[in-house]
Amino acid sequence: MKVSITVNGTRQEKDVEPRTLLVHFLRDRLQLTGTNIGCDTSSCGACTIHLDGEAVKSCTMLAAQADGGKVTTIEGLSKDGVMHPMQQAFMENHGLQCGYCTPGMVMASIGLLKENPNPTEEEVRLGLEGNLCRCTGYHNIVKSVLAAAKK
Amino acid sequence: MAGSILGNRVLRKEDPKFLTTGGVYVDDLRDEPLLVGAVHATFVRSTVAHANITSIDVSEALTMPGVVAIYTAQDLGLQPVEASFNPMAKRTLLASGKVRYVGEPLAIVLTELANQGEDAAERVIVDYDALEILIDVEQAMTSSTLIYEEVGSNVVFESTAIGMPDNTGDALFADCEVVVKGRFVNQRVAPCPLEVRGAAAAWDNGRLVQWLSTQHAQGARDAILKVNALEAGQVRVITPDVGGGFGAKIDAYPEDLLLGRIAKQVGKPVRWTETRSESMVALGHGRGQIQYITIGGTRTGKVTAYQLHALQDSGAWVDIGAILAPYMTRPMASGVYDIPVIEVRTTSVATNTTPMVAYRGAGRPEATAAIERAMDLFALKLGKDPAEVRRINLIPKFLEPFTTSIGQTYDVGDFEGALDKVLEASNYAQLRKDQAARRASGNTKQLGIGISVYVEITAGNSKGEFGKVEILPNGRAIVYTGTSPHGQGHVTAWSMLASDETGIAMDMIDVVWGDTDLVPTGGGTMGSRSLQQGGAAVHQASKELVEQARKHAARLLEANEDDVVFDKFTAAFHVAGTPAVAKTWADISSALATDGGLVQESNFVSNGATFPFGAHVSVVEVDTETGKVTLIRHVACDDAGRVINPLILDGQIHGGIGQGAAQALLEEVRYDTDGNPITSNFADYAFISAAELPSFEVIHMETPTPRNPLGAKGIGESGTIGSTPAVQSAVIDALTHLGVRHIDMPATPERVWSAIQSAN
Repeated sequence: MKVSITVNGTRQEKDVEPRTLLVHFLRDRLQLTGTNIGCDTSSCGACTIHLDGEAVKSCTMLAAQADGGKVTTIEGLSKDGVMHPMQQAFMENHGLQCGYCTPGMVMASIGLLKENPNPTEEEVRLGLEGNLCRCTGYHNIVKSVLAAAKK
Repeated sequence: MAGSILGNRVLRKEDPKFLTTGGVYVDDLRDEPLLVGAVHATFVRSTVAHANITSIDVSEALTMPGVVAIYTAQDLGLQPVEASFNPMAKRTLLASGKVRYVGEPLAIVLTELANQGEDAAERVIVDYDALEILIDVEQAMTSSTLIYEEVGSNVVFESTAIGMPDNTGDALFADCEVVVKGRFVNQRVAPCPLEVRGAAAAWDNGRLVQWLSTQHAQGARDAILKVNALEAGQVRVITPDVGGGFGAKIDAYPEDLLLGRIAKQVGKPVRWTETRSESMVALGHGRGQIQYITIGGTRTGKVTAYQLHALQDSGAWVDIGAILAPYMTRPMASGVYDIPVIEVRTTSVATNTTPMVAYRGAGRPEATAAIERAMDLFALKLGKDPAEVRRINLIPKFLEPFTTSIGQTYDVGDFEGALDKVLEASNYAQLRKDQAARRASGNTKQLGIGISVYVEITAGNSKGEFGKVEILPNGRAIVYTGTSPHGQGHVTAWSMLASDETGIAMDMIDVVWGDTDLVPTGGGTMGSRSLQQGGAAVHQASKELVEQARKHAARLLEANEDDVVFDKFTAAFHVAGTPAVAKTWADISSALATDGGLVQESNFVSNGATFPFGAHVSVVEVDTETGKVTLIRHVACDDAGRVINPLILDGQIHGGIGQGAAQALLEEVRYDTDGNPITSNFADYAFISAAELPSFEVIHMETPTPRNPLGAKGIGESGTIGSTPAVQSAVIDALTHLGVRHIDMPATPERVWSAIQSAN
């Protein structure tokens, strides 16, 4: 089937198998490998992207369901070489180590602040419950999100 | 060190890439010319835990869409290979004859597209003849069913068999006024790096090039050479970005070892990425000890004897997980305490479960958990405060080597200093008052305070580490290291070390690792060794480079070498007193361009292992009606010696605490009685999330080690080692007034609730 999805500002029209997951469409058809796959149960959030401005796990939906939509991935966040405030906050607060959960974590964190611009620490922790990280103990991720909220 | 970059909170150079385009992990290698036209490998895995294989029928699978080839052990003529730590145990890299755990690879399916593999693999029909399934270590020890018949026993590694003394039993405690016994389960956990295993293999003019998600490319290269009977130089391993390892990606797995051979057989490059569900059963697991302890001493609180028998679950192979108990747990059994008599025996046992490997701490968290729980039980028996009993038994501060009664020599230590710091920072006295108030009021949310004081061993391997610094004619520096970062920030830290000696700006330094053509020798990143060995090698190479360059500069300046000074601030050499005429790194490198360039190689050998130590206080709230535990505070003081970058140091501590708390509270790999894994994905395995953790309170302490010029010790595992028993003890501490004495990890609501019920 044919899908038309605007990804990082560029309209992409492709023929896909109906069973194609959005994450596979991004990684395998568009070679946008910044979005990672960390599990097969929609548990880890490594594949989190934005669809029409909302953070979603791209392994949990079909490419077909994003037809006509606007997708932003980690590759589309920086503008003219300047990092998004959330990316900057992760850098300044050492919110990443191996980097594998990072794209999903950044996208989820932006989504979280969009819904709740001034979260408490507890709200950040609950809001990121669906994004797993094995390296940081979440300490600096939470710190990064709280710092970004203050920017 | 005024003016030095070392010790500063330098932001990571790695981060912009990870944050803007994402890392390039092995499954992200899309533009690699050698991988054009690659087929995709999917492994058929055993669905039963212990059985003889009666047949493997691939005929239907071969008709599935996209299938290029299917290979079994027989097709490939695989011969049995010996286990590294018990040569009597042999297996083929794809199971033949029998299967020994759910997840063991049996056959390899090659398909044109990645998503065709799983469909085809499901059509491979394997017939089994069931054997008795041994999941429990103690059952396996006594069973007549043998997992490796040639071994003659399911005990695959025994400390007494390699000359370590046996335990003498209760006789050891004849003179003790107080004796306490315990049985602790240090449960099996899954390392869970966020990136699963993956590799890609291609042949290039008779040479195998393999990309691999690994912690140790040089080790993988040697293993691939050996298994394929290739000659040195015929294999190149390249490490792309690696999404975490935690010990489980140190050694090459059967899948990794077979990929090159398969690529040759099929005449095409091969890519492989496992699924998370596969990873949960086929990536090695960690911990898995049953510990029998006896601790005895005086009524005033002095421990005079300690005995441990550790039963190590080896899983269905004799991998490194089988020898951590004798070589890591045993020597560290004394922990931070001066105990006159210690006996430790370790027995490693094969079971029909995923093979055990190293996992963050690898044998030391088990040692610490055993002695710390023992110390708590001893204190409880005496009715004394656990902090006070610890203080009575701590090895006093030492700046000269100290040898414990088990025979391990520690470098430097100030255990009481760490305990004092953490008690003060946590306001321990007030916490005890708060706890007493809650107990008095019968509050259903009881407060628990857990203490752990630990010491661990890092970088015991003294074979050395490789470091090289090359200066390009444009003045940029390339640092080559035998370590292999996968989150530890070596690009930043090694740049800092090189910059500190050479004066070259941080952004003019690149770091290269994990490509065996560019870095032929190296020990990889594991066991908290990297900074103190790999970092020290970069430091040494940088220093030697300056001395080498001074000679060249003297020649270029037509001056006596003794008159040439190096100005780190300008990163240039000049004759003393005439700084206006100077030779930069670029000048010197350019002058040597046709003469081998400006390069300095070093092999750094340390003066022995280092012993990071620290103390943790953990505070939990336990709901006595539901058994739910909430970790509300965790205060950690970890002494890793000299700190090069406190930003990275803290990150390592945080991550360690997170994983330690996860083991204490949530995580456990479980099997049903038929050996089926019941925690084989992230929906069933209780991987800890942000919602279950507080922010951590980290206190710094620096006692430099004399064993390397940096004064640095390891920090990668300390957080895990210190936190696990502190969190566990906190849960139990919340309930001691109800009669609870011990709760095994993980302290799930069900377990905690049951412990309260049975204590009543």
